[in-house]
Amino acid sequence: MVEVRLRVNGADASLDLPPQVSLLDALRERLGLTGTKKGCDQGACGACTVLADGERINSCLALAVQYAGREITTIEGIAGDGPGHPLQAAFVRNDGLQCGYCTSGQICSAIGMLAEHGAGMPSAVTEHLCADGAELTDDEIRERMSGNLCRCGAYNGIVDAIREFAAAEAER
Amino acid sequence: MRPFSYVSAPDVATALRAVADDPGAKFLGGGTNLVDLMRAGIEQPDTVVDITSLPLAEIGERPDGGVRIGALVRNSRLAAHPLIRARYPVLSQAVLAGASAQLRNMATVGGNLLQRTRCPYFYDRTAACNKREPGSGCGAIGGFNRGHAVLGVSGACIAAHPSDMCVALAALDAVVEVESVRGVRRVPMASFHRPPGETPHVETDLSPDELVTAVELPPSPTAANSRYRKVRDRASYAFALVSVAAALEVRDGTVTGVGLALGGVATTPWRARRAEHALLGAPATEESFRRAAEAELAPATGLPGNAFKIEMARRAVTATLRRLLTEGSPA
Repeated sequence: MVEVRLRVNGADASLDLPPQVSLLDALRERLGLTGTKKGCDQGACGACTVLADGERINSCLALAVQYAGREITTIEGIAGDGPGHPLQAAFVRNDGLQCGYCTSGQICSAIGMLAEHGAGMPSAVTEHLCADGAELTDDEIRERMSGNLCRCGAYNGIVDAIREFAAAEAER
Repeated sequence: MRPFSYVSAPDVATALRAVADDPGAKFLGGGTNLVDLMRAGIEQPDTVVDITSLPLAEIGERPDGGVRIGALVRNSRLAAHPLIRARYPVLSQAVLAGASAQLRNMATVGGNLLQRTRCPYFYDRTAACNKREPGSGCGAIGGFNRGHAVLGVSGACIAAHPSDMCVALAALDAVVEVESVRGVRRVPMASFHRPPGETPHVETDLSPDELVTAVELPPSPTAANSRYRKVRDRASYAFALVSVAAALEVRDGTVTGVGLALGGVATTPWRARRAEHALLGAPATEESFRRAAEAELAPATGLPGNAFKIEMARRAVTATLRRLLTEGSPA
């Protein structure tokens, strides 16, 4: 057992864990934060996406012990106690989900993606690597979100929701 | 996952000592490959030495104009770094073509160098695999081998090397810096990965107690005009069927500098020396590009499932060079 001090959604938690416990299992099974989903458990589907210091990661491939002291944000932290996050509302408005199993990961991933895009990070479809701020086209959204699978196939709605939210944020 | 003991190393010396003293120990970086392999029972270390606190996450310019990349630099940081984007665009593109954004935020440069094949027979513990279990045979040779290699293969193994980043590093003549309790040494990319031969379980030149500490990119005027092309079954988040990393310098219509490597088609990141030889000094024309591609693929041996890759690779090489000639780099 190792003592792991996690900081999740702004709260500290000290857990005694075997070192093989993933961040995903620590969140779900030890802290009761079941909003983060376990899909493939091998880094292929993105359902377990959370933010670590604002960067999106696959929590299934993260050992909890490696993330001690990092600021972890899950869908519960993004939603808060009020009416939810505006990106969640955009997903609902645009039919960005059907069964909803991938949605927590999609939302966390999209928030991390928009931060990456805002910081000028290029993607595999960015035409000019050194240009400042590639426009967030639908192709860019699709490429940057490709680590999140949706087996219901709600991709068009997901892209619509992210585009709508990003445009509203840009106007603020 | 099989239980293990966990050590977080505060400095390089402690990390090296921990692994030198314990044959069952393994270094853990971003975890995107090792944790997956441990969960599948393919890797079963007794001790995991977490190296993510070591001060190896910097990218810096070298006095000779080259660039030094710390082994713990995350893939996403590498791809986004201004020096890499401007001077080695093929490397940015290759990294961005691999995995997903989440994985790139976790995965390290050192770990990418050491990632293991995605051959499904390697991952299936009930299947024959000489890489996983030496002497057990190869399920892929007579099985489903659409994703497998056509270059550098042996009768024991045809597993393709999965990395995109390594293909760019091969084309760029990168050097891998490794350290152990015995000291530091530098290994050129060309000899870092080993073809399977009769020992497919031996994948690199590293001893078990050696740690990758950095990758050095030599200064290169050719590298600024470079790009990466990846052909795969879906547009994103898939391993390569064929990939090409190419750097090209042309003066007065003649090829004066070239670096070329292939991914998806070989058991190691494949430096295309035959093609480079055919191109240097040749006129920069479609015909030269095609001839160079044919020279490179001449020794390729396909199976019914993967022979299509040979012509696909020829076309990808030709198309990548053509695009570099007509459009230049993506920087």
